[in-house]
Amino acid sequence: MRKRSTRTFLPNKKTAYAFALVFLFAAGFIGTAVGTIHVPFSHIAAILAHHLFGMSLDLDASIDNIVWKIRFPRVVLAGLIGASLAIAGAAFQGLLRNPLADPYTLGVSSGASVGAVLVLFFHVSIPFLDGFTLPIISVAAAILTIFCVLLFAQTIERSMKLETIILTGIIFSSFLGSFISLMIALTGEELRQIINWLLGSVSMRGWPYVQLMTPFFIAGALMLLYMAPELNAMSFGEEKAKHLGVNVQRKKMMVLIAGSVLTGAAVAVSGTIGFVGLVVPHFVRLLIGPDHRHLLPLSMITGAGFLILADLTARTIISPTELPIGVITSLVGAPVFALILLNKKRKGSVA
Amino acid sequence: MLQVNELSGGYGSGLIVRGVSFSVKKGELFGILGPNGSGKTTLLNMISGLTKPESGTIFVKEKQISTYTPKELARVVAVLPQMTSSQFAYTVKETVSLGRYAHQTGFFKSWTDKDETAVQEAMNQTGTSSFAEKPLSALSGGERQRVFLAQALAQEPEILLLDEPTNHLDLSYQKELLDLLKKMTADGLTVISIFHDLNLSSLYCDRLLLMDKGQIHTIGQPADIMIEQHIHDVYDTDVQKQPHPEVPKPQMSLLPEMSLQAEVDINEDLIERHSDYIAIRPPVPLKSLSSGVIGAGWGWRSAFVNRHVDKNYNMDNFEEEAAAYFLKNGFDLHETVGMMTAVKIEDAAWRKEAQEDVSVFVVATAGVGNAVDVTQPRSSWKENLTPGTINIWVFANGKLSEEAFVQGLMTATEAKVKALADAGVQDPETGTIATGTSTDSMLIAATQRGAYQQFAGSITPLGIAIGRAVYESVTESLQKTARRKGLL
Repeated sequence: MRKRSTRTFLPNKKTAYAFALVFLFAAGFIGTAVGTIHVPFSHIAAILAHHLFGMSLDLDASIDNIVWKIRFPRVVLAGLIGASLAIAGAAFQGLLRNPLADPYTLGVSSGASVGAVLVLFFHVSIPFLDGFTLPIISVAAAILTIFCVLLFAQTIERSMKLETIILTGIIFSSFLGSFISLMIALTGEELRQIINWLLGSVSMRGWPYVQLMTPFFIAGALMLLYMAPELNAMSFGEEKAKHLGVNVQRKKMMVLIAGSVLTGAAVAVSGTIGFVGLVVPHFVRLLIGPDHRHLLPLSMITGAGFLILADLTARTIISPTELPIGVITSLVGAPVFALILLNKKRKGSVA
Repeated sequence: MLQVNELSGGYGSGLIVRGVSFSVKKGELFGILGPNGSGKTTLLNMISGLTKPESGTIFVKEKQISTYTPKELARVVAVLPQMTSSQFAYTVKETVSLGRYAHQTGFFKSWTDKDETAVQEAMNQTGTSSFAEKPLSALSGGERQRVFLAQALAQEPEILLLDEPTNHLDLSYQKELLDLLKKMTADGLTVISIFHDLNLSSLYCDRLLLMDKGQIHTIGQPADIMIEQHIHDVYDTDVQKQPHPEVPKPQMSLLPEMSLQAEVDINEDLIERHSDYIAIRPPVPLKSLSSGVIGAGWGWRSAFVNRHVDKNYNMDNFEEEAAAYFLKNGFDLHETVGMMTAVKIEDAAWRKEAQEDVSVFVVATAGVGNAVDVTQPRSSWKENLTPGTINIWVFANGKLSEEAFVQGLMTATEAKVKALADAGVQDPETGTIATGTSTDSMLIAATQRGAYQQFAGSITPLGIAIGRAVYESVTESLQKTARRKGLL
C-alpha cells in the first residue's frame, strides 16, 4: 500500500511533503476506522473534533470510547514511534556515513531491552510508578547505555572517530544481548511476556504512554531537525565537515544523544521494532535525495504513517489474534529493502 | 598571513612533523614537497586545524589558530583534501552549497542572495555549473575534485589549502586548475598546496618547502629547491635537471635505472653509401646537438643523412622539399638529422680516433665554393649563394655532459678552421684565408654509454680525438673535391 501511494515521481519537494502528509493522515484515519467494529470516517472526524476542539458530540458513548480511548491513542503512539525510529535512522545513516546504520546500531535498543526484560523477569514494580515501571526503567537503561557507549569510545580514543563509536556500540549490543538471552533461558512463565515485548507492540498502551513518549519525541526530533545542515556536512566525512566549519565533536554528540533518546524512548514504550529506522530513510532518500533538511522531516512523516499501517495489519490480519508489530515491519521491510538494493544495483550498472 | 613556529605533531605517539617553522605571505602560491611519509599531510592537517600540534604555534592572520571557533576558521581557511566521498547521492549544487555553512548565521540559517552568488561564482570558476543538478556519483574523479574545489571556493576563504590537488585530474585540467589558482593568488588569495609533481610545483609556485623526515630540508624559490642534489637527498632517486623550454623555471626528469647496456661503437662499418646520400643508422638512438635542414637542435636521433643536391638546387623552399625527400627514402623526420651538400658523395671522408677511454668517429663532406672569412667586414650574407658546404658529423662513443657537447662543437670548429687554413682555402671576395663556408653544418652525437666525458676542450681525451679526427677528415674531403675539380 505504502509503496504504491508514494512511488509516483515527485517533481519537487513541496509535492513530496504533500504526498507524505496525505499518506500520514490517510493512515491515521484508516488505522482508527478499521477493526472488529468499523467506524466511519465522519464519526472519527466528529469524535476528534469533540475532544480536540470541544464541539458537541451526538454519538454512542461506546464508539467514542473505542475511538478516543483505545484506537486513537494507539494510532498516535504507533505514529510517534514510527516517526522517532525513522528520523533517528535517517540521522544515524548520515552521521555514520553508512546506509546500513539504523537506530539500533549503537546498542541503545539492547540497553532499553535489558531494562525492560529485567523488570519483567524480576517483577519489579516501583511504588508510584506501577504500570510505568517498565517504560521508565527502560528509558533510563537506554540513556545509561548511550553514555556508557560514548564514554567507552572516548576512553579508547579522545577524538571519538565514528568507527570507534560503531565498534563500541556493537560490543555493547552483543554484551547486553547476552543478558537478555540469559534471562530468557532462565525464565519460566514470563517467557511469552518477554518474547512478546521484545518483538514489539503498541497495543493496550493508551494516552499515558503517549504522554510519556511525547516529551522525548519533541526534544529529540527538534534537535535532529535543527542539525540537518551539520548532518549534510558530516555525511562527507568528519574531516570535511570540520573544514566546512562544523564543530564536529559537539554536533556529533548532539546527534548521537538526540537519536538515542528517541530510539530509547520508542523501544521503552513499544519494544524493539525492526526495519522502520533502516528502510524508511532509504526509501525517502531515493525519492527526494539525501539533503537532510528534507530527508529528516519526510522520513519522520513517512515513518509515522508506515508504522500506523503496520500496526493496523498486525492487529487485523489474523484477528482476533494480534501479531507482534515487529514481525509485520520485518515481513514488509525486508523484501522492500531487498527490492531497493536490487534497483540501486541495476541503476548503478547502467550509470 | 600564515606563520608557523617550531611546529611539531603527529598522530598517536610518534612525532611526524618535528620543529617546522615558516611563514606564507598574502597572495603567495606556496608549495609543499616531499616524499611519502615526510609529514606533508600532517603539516597541512595542523594548519587546517584538523590535528592539534604537540608543540609550537600557528598564527593565521596574526591570531593563534587555537583561538578560532570552527566557523570562524572556515571563513578564513578552506581545504581541498585528496579525496572526499559521500555514500549519498548529493547533487553538485547541494555539495557546493555546503561551502556556505560557515557563513550562515542565526537560528534559521537562511539562504541569502550573497550565498547564492558565491555558490554560482564558485561553480563558474571551476566549470562545474554545467552539471549543477547531476548527482556526485555520476561524475568522474576529476569532475568530482572540481566540485569540491568549488565547495572550498564557496567558503570565500583567504587561505586555500590543497592536498595534491592535481592527483585525479587529467593534463588539461591540471593546467586549468593551477592557472586558476595562480590567477586567484593575484587577487589576494593565499594558496598552500602539497604537490607530488616536482615540475608542476616548480612551474607554478612562488616558493617551495621541501620536507624530509618531518623536518624542513630546504625552503625557498623553485630554483633553490630544484637542485639535483636536494632531490637526490630527499627522494633518494636520480633525477636530472633541465630548463623548461619556455618558462625560466627548472624541471626535473627521472632517470630510470639502466640495465647493463651493450657497448655501441659508431664506426665506418655503419656507413651506408648511396648515389645521392650518405647515411648512418646506429643501433641505438644517439643524443644529438646539431644544425641541419631537419632534426636540428637537441634530440635523440637514430638516423643521420647527408644528401647530395645539385649545384643549381633551388633554395627557396628547401625545407619542404628536403622533408619530402627524406620521407621518401624511409627516414622518420622526428628521428633523423638531415643535412645537404653540393659535394659528391664519393668525396666524403671519415676518420676514427681513439684517445684513452673514448673514441670519436667523424664524417665530413667539404666543398668550398662559398668559402668565407668570417673575420672580414661584409655587407650582406645572402648574395651569390652557390652550394659549397662543409658538413661535419662527430660521433662520440662515450657518455657526454651537455658541457662536453658545447666544447665538442668548439673544438671541432677550431679543427675545421685549421684544416681550411692549412689547405689554403681563400675567401674569393676578400682574398683572405677562409674560416668556413656560408652554409656549414655540424653535428655532435653521442652514444651516452661507456666512460663519462665531462669536458671536450682541446686538451681533454675527447677534445684531442675530435680535433684530430675532424682535421683529418675535412682535409681528406677537401683534397678529394679539389682533385675532382682538377679533373674537370
